[in-house]
Amino acid sequence: MGEQLKVKTMQEYMAEGKQPEILFWVGSAGSYDDRAKKISRAFVKLLNKAGVDFAVLGTEESSTGDVAKRAGNEFLFQMQAMMNIELLNGYEIKRIVTCDPHSFNTLKNEYPGLGGKYDVIHHTQYLKELIDNGRLTITGDGYKGKRITFHDPCYLGRANSVFDAPREVLSKTNAELVEMKRHKKTALCCGAGGAQMFKEPEKGDMDVNVLRTKDALETKPNIIATGCPYCNTMMTDGIKAHEKEDSVTVMDVAELLASSQGL
Amino acid sequence: MEYIPNIIFAIALIVGIGFFTRNVKKLSRNIKLGKDVDVSDNKSQRWKNMAKIALGQTKMVVRPIAGLMHVIVYVGFIIINIEVLEIILDGLLGTHRLFAPLGSVYNFLIGSFEILAFLVIVAVVVFWVRRNIIRIQRFVKPEMKGWPKTDGNLILYIELVLMTLFLTMNAADFQLQQLGADHYVKAGSFPISQFIVPLLDGLSESSLILVERTAWWLHILGILAFLNYLYYSKHLHILLAFPNTYYGKIRPQGQFNNLESVTKEVKLMMDPDADPFAAPAEDDTSEPEKFGASDVMDLNWVQLLNAYTCTECGRCTSECPANQTGKKLSPRKIMMDTRDRLEEVGKIMDTNKGEFVPDGKQLLGDYISHEELWACTTCNACVQACPVSIDPLSIIVEMRRYLVMEQSAAPTELNNMMSNIENNGAPWPYNQMDRLNWVNE
Repeated sequence: MGEQLKVKTMQEYMAEGKQPEILFWVGSAGSYDDRAKKISRAFVKLLNKAGVDFAVLGTEESSTGDVAKRAGNEFLFQMQAMMNIELLNGYEIKRIVTCDPHSFNTLKNEYPGLGGKYDVIHHTQYLKELIDNGRLTITGDGYKGKRITFHDPCYLGRANSVFDAPREVLSKTNAELVEMKRHKKTALCCGAGGAQMFKEPEKGDMDVNVLRTKDALETKPNIIATGCPYCNTMMTDGIKAHEKEDSVTVMDVAELLASSQGL
Repeated sequence: MEYIPNIIFAIALIVGIGFFTRNVKKLSRNIKLGKDVDVSDNKSQRWKNMAKIALGQTKMVVRPIAGLMHVIVYVGFIIINIEVLEIILDGLLGTHRLFAPLGSVYNFLIGSFEILAFLVIVAVVVFWVRRNIIRIQRFVKPEMKGWPKTDGNLILYIELVLMTLFLTMNAADFQLQQLGADHYVKAGSFPISQFIVPLLDGLSESSLILVERTAWWLHILGILAFLNYLYYSKHLHILLAFPNTYYGKIRPQGQFNNLESVTKEVKLMMDPDADPFAAPAEDDTSEPEKFGASDVMDLNWVQLLNAYTCTECGRCTSECPANQTGKKLSPRKIMMDTRDRLEEVGKIMDTNKGEFVPDGKQLLGDYISHEELWACTTCNACVQACPVSIDPLSIIVEMRRYLVMEQSAAPTELNNMMSNIENNGAPWPYNQMDRLNWVNE
């Protein structure tokens, strides 16, 4: 068990008769997946450091339904969406931040049509905002001398044109940022999207994550940075396939920023 | 007798344009078989997209070599059409070089047409080499065997022949002008065809006239034939790229549509006042709406327009992560299959007085396999790569919807994932009460 994090639920805010600045949508991966939970914790450490008044839904949160929608189950997606919207609207949520680009995409783009209209941002955008307005001060050499390459998650980059925020946050760690040949709009998928995360791939001659990790390794990085829990899993597995787990690590942008500050 | 050429020309023109009109009508009828979709929003953004992407070729030049060559052929095609206007008027009126009185402007125009014609020939040769000698990967994928390959080459041959005829016609004309032949006014400048003139050296005036007239006639008849070839060819993109980029997706790429038919049902399910045993209204004879798509009629008309617009360049497929790793999925094949099936449906309607009679086939299964559909990562790389705003992903998703909601035919692992969401609100089988445990771990 690590240090104590300050995390309050919406129920607690309601009981106090207060509204948080922002709701942290943790997402299923961030709540249950052992690797992704570390990302949630790192992000919260930064929120705590910046003194942000944020809430989570806790046990009231449920899958956004995103993965069901990509798999073709529109029914299940809309059931999940409407339940979540009822909850979010009941709490009068205005602003949402999430570490998962898939939750980010569906909350931002697909929930409004079903009655859920919120200002939704990705955690890399929020971190940039906190740094820019001086609430989060970044000090020290951080990752100076290390090479970091950023893998654009499809649903953050190509799908929603968020390219600069994660890179700007990474630059605060003083690392040397190196770009893969295919990046930003032409970045290759990690292979997890479209519900692939939850099934075996179809027959082929390679796995997508192995190919994408090859792209990343060509930049000779010390660290592969991502902004998505699913990309994180896929790239980590890809590094194992290339037998590079001793020399290259995969980390989320929030983790890199937090650890650069000794958090 | 004097007017016979004019009459033959008029008939050729009427027949050519008549057939073309018939093809356009068929095209429009087939596209309208698709479901209605509201694309009346964001008009100014749509015009901008058309101007930038279709007219401005902005997405073509993402790949510089193919892009530059394409721009040459495209500009050549548009500009040389001014010359076609003169040819048509000359043919109808029995005049020769009607626009010659424009003087130096005319000389400039003819001169630039010649340079463009030459550049088009160069580009077409490069294209042919890329397809047939270098055999660039995206041109030799499995779906490019047979007609698609022939079609691609035929277009290049036709363009080569048309440009050669145009230059030959000018060379003979130039020579006739030098000889001071009747009707051949001194007009135009011939920076390219002057190099063909030596080949015509020593020909008598009447032979030169024969060469000039033959080239002139073959050139214009060739253009009319090419116009009618479009409907049967991937080359239809020269017309449809414009409407297609106008009607293309303008929402963020990650935003999929929410099915309205599902929304109605879900609202009913969540409404505590709804009567679960309510019988449908007496006058409600409508069939329950089908979820997703198993055939072309279940797609919307923009998706069908997409299929006719596809020129099989394969940029989508070459960017597709599934295809790059040897999976069967090829976004280009999704578009080609959709068009092939739509054509098949159209032919059935032609032989049945405009009515579609089920033929025991459909797009799903007979054309596109489950394996292809499940290999998609929905990453939008294909959508991003398309130079004319085609969205193969939307068709894949529509067919997945049919598989899951109408047939419960998802892969087992996905069914497990979905029942987990139904049971405990997460794609994994964890207790919802443990959702906040990460805070204290």
